[in-house]
Amino acid sequence: MITTTIARKLAMALSGLFLILFLGQHFTINMTSVFSEKTFNFLSHFMGNNLVVQFILQPLLILGVVFHFVMGFVLEIKNTRSRSVKYQSYKGSANASWVSRNMIISGIVVLSFLGLHFYDFWVPEINYKYIEFLPQDPDRYYGELVHKFHSPFRVAIYALSFVFLSLHLFHGFSSSFQSMGLNNKYTRGIKLFTVAFSLVIPAGFIFIAIFHHQNG
Amino acid sequence: MNLKLKIWRQANAEAKGKTITYSISDISPDMSFLEMMDMHNEQLIQQGEDPVAFDHDCREGICGMCSMFINGEAHGPDRLVTTCQLHMRKFKDGDTITIEPFRANAFPVIKDLAVDRSAFDRIQQAGGFVSVNTSGNTQDANAIPIDKHDADKAFDAATCIGCGACVASCKNASAMLFVSAKVSQYALLPQGKVEATDRVLNMVNQMDEEGFGNCTNTGACEVECPKGISLENIARMNRAYLTASLKG
Repeated sequence: MITTTIARKLAMALSGLFLILFLGQHFTINMTSVFSEKTFNFLSHFMGNNLVVQFILQPLLILGVVFHFVMGFVLEIKNTRSRSVKYQSYKGSANASWVSRNMIISGIVVLSFLGLHFYDFWVPEINYKYIEFLPQDPDRYYGELVHKFHSPFRVAIYALSFVFLSLHLFHGFSSSFQSMGLNNKYTRGIKLFTVAFSLVIPAGFIFIAIFHHQNG
Repeated sequence: MNLKLKIWRQANAEAKGKTITYSISDISPDMSFLEMMDMHNEQLIQQGEDPVAFDHDCREGICGMCSMFINGEAHGPDRLVTTCQLHMRKFKDGDTITIEPFRANAFPVIKDLAVDRSAFDRIQQAGGFVSVNTSGNTQDANAIPIDKHDADKAFDAATCIGCGACVASCKNASAMLFVSAKVSQYALLPQGKVEATDRVLNMVNQMDEEGFGNCTNTGACEVECPKGISLENIARMNRAYLTASLKG
């Protein structure tokens, strides 16, 4: 079933929505760092040590990320091959938005950012817990977060990446419902929610990075 | 109006094509685009050159034969029209107009601007019909009560003329709008529901076999469609296909 056009699009939509759910949860926890160091440390410690989160949800998330970008590339290759001879004059902007036509570009930027994000947080975390077996310290998370945002260069990269994430979500979120066959009286509401979500969540992440850079 | 035409010339399917620039003068703004092409061809014939091959038939916007990609858009810059309904008043004196064939691997060029769109015929043959006994005892379609809302939507879908502008405009050369219109026009009516499962599975499979790209919901097809076929049809087909796949 996954070999057909529609099944692949459904798979992209479902994996995308799964990642959006995770993004919302990640944003909520990160936002607590702005208001309460204690709450952020508590939640981070819970997420980092809970067995269900660590050994079921985390592998599922990594699988979701890998699946989404691999399928994205598979679809892109198929689409490129469907028109071997290109137009000399193609006015894409006359009938479709830039974001909808360039999901692969925004996706690659977000994927590159994920590489940096893993290097910044996930790799040190795995090293801390499962390679060096350092003693548990439930109060270390806030300090680690603030430390990462000392560098204005890193804050700038994070901000730019979240702008591209916003663009990716702007088309991807509502588009996933169309791929699942949902285009009805709720579509307008879904599109409005998409605009709000794709602006508020990335802007919130940028705010968190700048906040800790300024106050760290 | 005096114009410069940059036209794709290709002797046959195997030949390597190229763009050739022509000048044409005394074009009336009231001419249709195809009349301008006719005039250009007359000039070419008088000069002893091979006229430009292009598809056309009814010239009333209902047959779906004209298929040019004009200045980067299928059927040109106007909306809800086919190339035969496009008029030269949409252009300005001194303009350069780029004219290319619809590009998609599933639509190979036959000659110049004429492309082979028989892939659409094969998709239609895979399930775009209702099996009815036509031996003389055919029931009047109006004898079956149909919800007005569904009838209207089925009719809207049935206005698809199969011109291929959706494929030509889509950055992925996807045929989803065409196939979804053909699936929808039957799926919404009681006569079409009997074969609905096989229809959607067979038509989508044939579409994939023809080598069209995947839909990425850019909406370009809907904008460029001369009949205004809605993206709602694609969602309906996605739904029908997924349900049919689970059935079996």
